[in-house]
Amino acid sequence: MTRQMTGAKMVVQALKDQGVDTVFGYPGGAVLPIYDEIFQQNDIRHILVRHEQAALHAAEGYARSTGKPGVALVTSGPGATNAVTGLTDALLDSIPLVVFSGQVPTFMIGTDGFQEADTVGITRPCTKHNWLVKDTDQLADTIHQAFHVATSGRPGPVLIDLPKDVQFADGEYTPPAKAKISHYQPKVKASIEEITDIVALIEKAERPVFYTGGGVINSGPGAAMLLRELVDATGFPITSTLMGLGAYPASGKQWLGMLGMHGLYEANMAMHGCDLMINIGARFDDRITGRIQDFSPNSKKIHIDIDPSSINKIIRVDLPVIGDVGHVLEDILKVWKSRGRKTADVSAWQKQIDEWRAVRCLTYKNSGSVIKPQYALQRFEELTKGMDRYITTEVGQHQMWAAQFLGFEDPNRWMTSGGLGTMGYGFPASIGVQLAHPESLVVNIAGEASWLMNMQEMGTAIQYRLPVKQFILNNERLGMVRQWQQLLHGERYSSSWSEALPDFVKLAEAFGAKGIQCSDPKDLDDAIMEMINYDGPVIFDCLVEKHENCFPMIPSGKPHNEMLLGDASTDGAIKSDGAVLV
Amino acid sequence: MSALRIEQGSTSHSAYDLRDYHAEVIEKHTLAVLVDNEAGVLARVIGLFSGRGFNIESLTVAEVNHENHLSRITIVTTGTRDVIEQIKAQVGRIVPVHDVHDLTVEGPSIERELALFKVEGTGNNRIEALRLAEIFRANVVDSTLESFVFEMTGTSEKIDAFADLMRPLGLVETARTGVAALARGSAI
Ligand SMILES: Cc1ncc(C[n+]2csc(CCOP(=O)(O)OP(=O)(O)O)c2C)c(N)n1
Ligand SMILES: [Mg+2]
Repeated sequence: MTRQMTGAKMVVQALKDQGVDTVFGYPGGAVLPIYDEIFQQNDIRHILVRHEQAALHAAEGYARSTGKPGVALVTSGPGATNAVTGLTDALLDSIPLVVFSGQVPTFMIGTDGFQEADTVGITRPCTKHNWLVKDTDQLADTIHQAFHVATSGRPGPVLIDLPKDVQFADGEYTPPAKAKISHYQPKVKASIEEITDIVALIEKAERPVFYTGGGVINSGPGAAMLLRELVDATGFPITSTLMGLGAYPASGKQWLGMLGMHGLYEANMAMHGCDLMINIGARFDDRITGRIQDFSPNSKKIHIDIDPSSINKIIRVDLPVIGDVGHVLEDILKVWKSRGRKTADVSAWQKQIDEWRAVRCLTYKNSGSVIKPQYALQRFEELTKGMDRYITTEVGQHQMWAAQFLGFEDPNRWMTSGGLGTMGYGFPASIGVQLAHPESLVVNIAGEASWLMNMQEMGTAIQYRLPVKQFILNNERLGMVRQWQQLLHGERYSSSWSEALPDFVKLAEAFGAKGIQCSDPKDLDDAIMEMINYDGPVIFDCLVEKHENCFPMIPSGKPHNEMLLGDASTDGAIKSDGAVLV
Repeated sequence: MSALRIEQGSTSHSAYDLRDYHAEVIEKHTLAVLVDNEAGVLARVIGLFSGRGFNIESLTVAEVNHENHLSRITIVTTGTRDVIEQIKAQVGRIVPVHDVHDLTVEGPSIERELALFKVEGTGNNRIEALRLAEIFRANVVDSTLESFVFEMTGTSEKIDAFADLMRPLGLVETARTGVAALARGSAI
């Protein structure tokens, strides 16, 4: 049962058939036929953002908080180039996105036509795959393939470039069930030998640690449940990357906190001193490993990852296992249980970890007169902990403090730009999250500088009545840059001041939102509650200590066991060979 | 069907054991990559090499299966073993790539390249060029009173050797196809 329809109608039909309910986008000449079709139906809601970059980040927020692919629609030329940052962000964090871009008609391609850009050329290295569709008969099939590629294996962004004449022309619609079966079918199950080897290592380990990442979240809530079962049953400690927070609950007994450059002392020391590292869906990113040569020198390493190219890319491992985290965990549990749930005595290791915990690495000097950013987050955590809450962040010190001081009990509740570190991510992401979870509390923990990068989205929040809360830790500095300049560049603060900031309260009011400013620690609790209880978008200008540094910190080029703690002397901590690293 | 051909099994097959102690030694490998013959596929493969800083010594591509729209890309690349493994894994995850074969490690294979050489000269040089061409089994495919164009097929090393000999004899232009390679035997 095939049907004739225009390419533009096919796009809408294919989205419906793929179960899409929300599209983030911005119109322009090259996508008008699609906008015309969107206008004439009610199943798919289109969210008009104020900048294409924000459409992509909103789609990422939607995707990460639901586990479904995010969808965005942009016009040719500048619309497509504005989407590039979002595509790259999604690629580095393995977020499934399907992006449609308009293109000049096929007969004009290559003529430098108005708003022509080589979109498939530009986006080739920042998508998992992309397509230029030149034949309307191929369109529906391509869209179904695109959803398959974006969501299977290691997820990622894909882009379909659609010349305007292809949108106007008639063609035959292929429903998903009739679409060509792609040869792209990544391996999801590990062999029984591999599973048995993992279990054998688990049974013998005396100083084990689970090192988990975004792969657990991407594998779905089922994978997080299996992870919890395995961690609790073995009693092994667990740490996670920035991307994996929430897979194991922060309140869990085995939880060490985040690891890495600004990770917790106990987490990094456990990574350094372990005899068995079980990497589940993490990729040995340089923010995690520190100095490669000294990375966890005495451990056997297991690496479970769905992407073969992640294996042995940075750190050589003893037991690489290619497969989907959920499938592999399920099999590990089965085999481990059937062999009698054995573990070695890990009590000495637990005791050692407790000693590291006792260092209380997140301790900071509080103040009675200025709000310390850590204190703001502690109070925020205390006041919102039990709520149905989703958190997004921008990029900088506030992001790292949020990761340190907020606790996540479930997956898909924490949306942050990890791999690309994109300032301007958090606000539009919060919009995408709120659309997917209209009844929940959605808060963007922001720095004032990052937040300004996509502040135009206030318009979107107001238009769609999205009660997103913008909790800005305003230190009037590009804080993370300032911190590096203090530690690495002789305190020469080159261009790291946030000068000429707007009055955020007036700015909120100018858009028709609520503005709150707070500068006294005594007023903070009430102000936070006022933000939470307000039914609408809020900009919260939280004036914090301007020169606070984020610790612990593993300086670039240093191993895990040479962390700087809050009260440490930082003079000359970073040597010139470390300074060339980012 | 993992592109990364790490042997399955116990930790005695750990990645450490797959590597020798000469991890820094640069090796030359010939990869055969089967891809969907679609627009931009070559750009994807080449872009991956340039984007990630891998080397390409030689690259050839042509459709080999018209019915199924499959092309075969033969790449000669160099790197440490770690880098070669990483190249295979990265190429293997490109969506239109069906298969990556490392002909250098997967058993005996044959590699051939075709080259054309234009050699100008008269007198003794011309006679010597023709004599050497016979020894190397190069064919004369064009000639004037002052020049020959030789055609020759062989391994890249043989072609290099012939080029070295022709240089003092008046070699003025060279065209080479790059390497085409197949595994020996009946298996595919
Ligand atoms: C788009 C972009 N440009 C530049 C940077 C480099 N950068 C990282 S953190 C930072 C400062 C962020 O300042 P702010 O948002 O106020 O956060 P703070 O560190 O002060 O908490 C900068 C400029 C980046 N990550 N992203
Ligand atoms: Mg700031």
